[in-house]
Amino acid sequence: MYKYDNYDQQMVDDRVAEFKNQVQRRLAGEITEDQFKPLRLMNGLYLQLHAYMLRVAIPYGTLNSEQMKMLGHIARKYDRGYGHFTTRQNIQYNWINLEQCPDLLDDLASVEMHAIQTSGNCIRNISSDQYAGAAADEIADPRPWAELLRQWSSFHPEFAYLPRKFKIAVIAAPEDRAAMRLHDIGIELVEQNGELGARVFVGGGMGRTPMIAPQINPFVKADDLLSYVEACLRVYNRYGRRDNKYKARIKILIHEMGADEYRDQVEAEFAHVKTLGIDPPRAELERITEFFAPPAFSSDAEADLDRSDPDFAVWIDQNVKAHKQDGYAIVNISLKPVDGIPGDASADQIDAMADIALKYSFDELRVTHAQNIVLPHVAKRDLHAVWRALRDAKLADANLDLISDIIACPGLDYCSLANARSIPVAQKIAKRFESLERQRDLGELKLKISGCINACGHHHAGHIGILGVDRKGVENYQLTFGGSGAEDVSIGKIIGPGFDEDGVVDAVEKATDVYKALREDGERFLDTYRRVGVEPFKEAIYAK
Amino acid sequence: MPSKLRFRDDEPQEQPAVTLAAFLDQSNATAVRIEPGEDARDLIPYLGRLSLIEIGFPEFRDGRGYSAARILREAGYTGELRAQGDVLVDQINYMRRCGFDSFAADAPLDEAVAEKMLHIFQHDYQPAADAAVPIWKLRHG
Amino acid sequence: MKLLTGNELESGLVIWWTGDGWSHQVEDAADVGEGGEAILAAEEGARRVNAAYLVEAEDGLPIHIKERVRAAGPTVRADLAINPAITVEKG
Repeated sequence: MYKYDNYDQQMVDDRVAEFKNQVQRRLAGEITEDQFKPLRLMNGLYLQLHAYMLRVAIPYGTLNSEQMKMLGHIARKYDRGYGHFTTRQNIQYNWINLEQCPDLLDDLASVEMHAIQTSGNCIRNISSDQYAGAAADEIADPRPWAELLRQWSSFHPEFAYLPRKFKIAVIAAPEDRAAMRLHDIGIELVEQNGELGARVFVGGGMGRTPMIAPQINPFVKADDLLSYVEACLRVYNRYGRRDNKYKARIKILIHEMGADEYRDQVEAEFAHVKTLGIDPPRAELERITEFFAPPAFSSDAEADLDRSDPDFAVWIDQNVKAHKQDGYAIVNISLKPVDGIPGDASADQIDAMADIALKYSFDELRVTHAQNIVLPHVAKRDLHAVWRALRDAKLADANLDLISDIIACPGLDYCSLANARSIPVAQKIAKRFESLERQRDLGELKLKISGCINACGHHHAGHIGILGVDRKGVENYQLTFGGSGAEDVSIGKIIGPGFDEDGVVDAVEKATDVYKALREDGERFLDTYRRVGVEPFKEAIYAK
Repeated sequence: MPSKLRFRDDEPQEQPAVTLAAFLDQSNATAVRIEPGEDARDLIPYLGRLSLIEIGFPEFRDGRGYSAARILREAGYTGELRAQGDVLVDQINYMRRCGFDSFAADAPLDEAVAEKMLHIFQHDYQPAADAAVPIWKLRHG
Repeated sequence: MKLLTGNELESGLVIWWTGDGWSHQVEDAADVGEGGEAILAAEEGARRVNAAYLVEAEDGLPIHIKERVRAAGPTVRADLAINPAITVEKG
């Protein structure tokens, strides 16, 4: 994975010095909260329901054991012993103290980590495929391109006060494991005449008006990428709406002006920007790419798996995925235990994952947008040892992509933007479907819960989505079906009137009963719904 | 504390800046003001005879002026480029990078803080309208 | 009944106006009546509170669920409760 050179380290160190100064001036009353807010947001620091919340960047979801250990250290030293992994591959801490924040950032900087631009109306963390470098279906590792974009976007002086936040995702496989089409800019690396280029989609997003990004350019060469993206951002910065916070994302601009007009404007701006010398030489991408060379795989990694232990066997079947390298496997660590909080991990668990990664996964981990963790390169002969170590840390739930593998935003328990709690709903659903056998019978069922219209839980992209709303001061939950963040991208549709907390759990259960009654061979819940439509589900759910 | 900061060696431009509409309507003015929603490119044919372009910032979160400034510098404008309005001292660094060399803020600007914040970053990742050499160029020459 | 709440600038922790100072516990909160705005302005100006706002309350507790969660703590972590005695749900 990428390693900082002196320049990268200096940037992060200078940023800490800048923020330290800003915090001091805020504490001394030299700047007001209104003036300080965009500054602290550009450093990932929110003021939330119970305290300051800090969102630490994990660039394209990749980190090593030293960094993971630091995240555990941060949880212990500056927070209340745990962290929350997010739907953008970052981590959040909920109980941060402003006075201590600069020291926290110093600690992060010592392991090449930061909280730069993880909030605010600027370009956020570049996300990517959690199986990058390990998946057989990728045409290349997308992360060098993500790293190029990360550096270009960091402290970009023109795009720090955009109409709204800006999220970019980069993938390089036909299977979209990063919800790329639901980003402001989504990039799929493709090959043309033996050359790698970017297929560029612009204008996706969730929130109040979910949209799937249309393709704006089928192939942007590596040497043109930064100029092209600069042009995309400049058009947005100049013409994105600023009159209404809920209409300020680029998806609204493209929807209102039309993809063709947007494309024309970008092409015109690109022709101009290209003359400015923004694109680095090819050598820079090559330099970065070297950091993502495959690890020193062993020819001795293969093993026949002893499936005599049924728990191990189930875990293999559910959480372990094929690796492109013979003898290796991709291990998924679920952070969705039945009685837990989706995406949360204790400092001890974070340390355990770090240790396991160092020993068994070439010192590398990934964070997924489904709030789980991946060990990308595990030798098959080590799988049993890995499973035992995870089990000891209560990290061996074999529920990947099953109904209890719920994506849930922190919701009203933590977030001042929320209208309803999401975690208790997730817990009740997970409890209702506690039986792993039952879950596996239901198969792949991506359930996502958001506590408000900002959709941080990605409910629009859930096979089953739940949106918490405030109905006259009482929490109420709307149900949507048919969303998908994968390459078969679609936006879920609300099925009818909302429910209270217990009602929505019952409704979900009824929906799965209907699915089981109607499904045909090989169909997931999503497939059955797409085939039969909402009526059979509505009938059962709203039956008197 | 003053509310004006200037980073040019020549004489300060104090002539009133006319509106863009007035300027385009056959004005002889050498100073013009653009609002956030106006198109800086409308001025490109006239840059040679302008000595001051003022870009309005009615609200500090409205970042359109940053693009306008860069566009003008990219088109070859070398006169005074002033950010006027709700300009905060912590924005001056990025504004300088986008080509602004003069600031007229509604609220007082602490010069010492501005000076400090302008020099906190040793390097820059990307080229902009200033003379900064981007890190990738330092890496590869 | 109106309560005044905000966050401590340094720590970010939630505080409630007691009548002559700030407390982390909503039980100590005072009814600010119609004088809330003035207190808010004075206290924010002196940086004894950050991001303060007024809250409708009844029987000493906020009416709206968001402020009840603010007073109680995250409902999903009993070990992090600020005030375990507060029920967040209504009725």
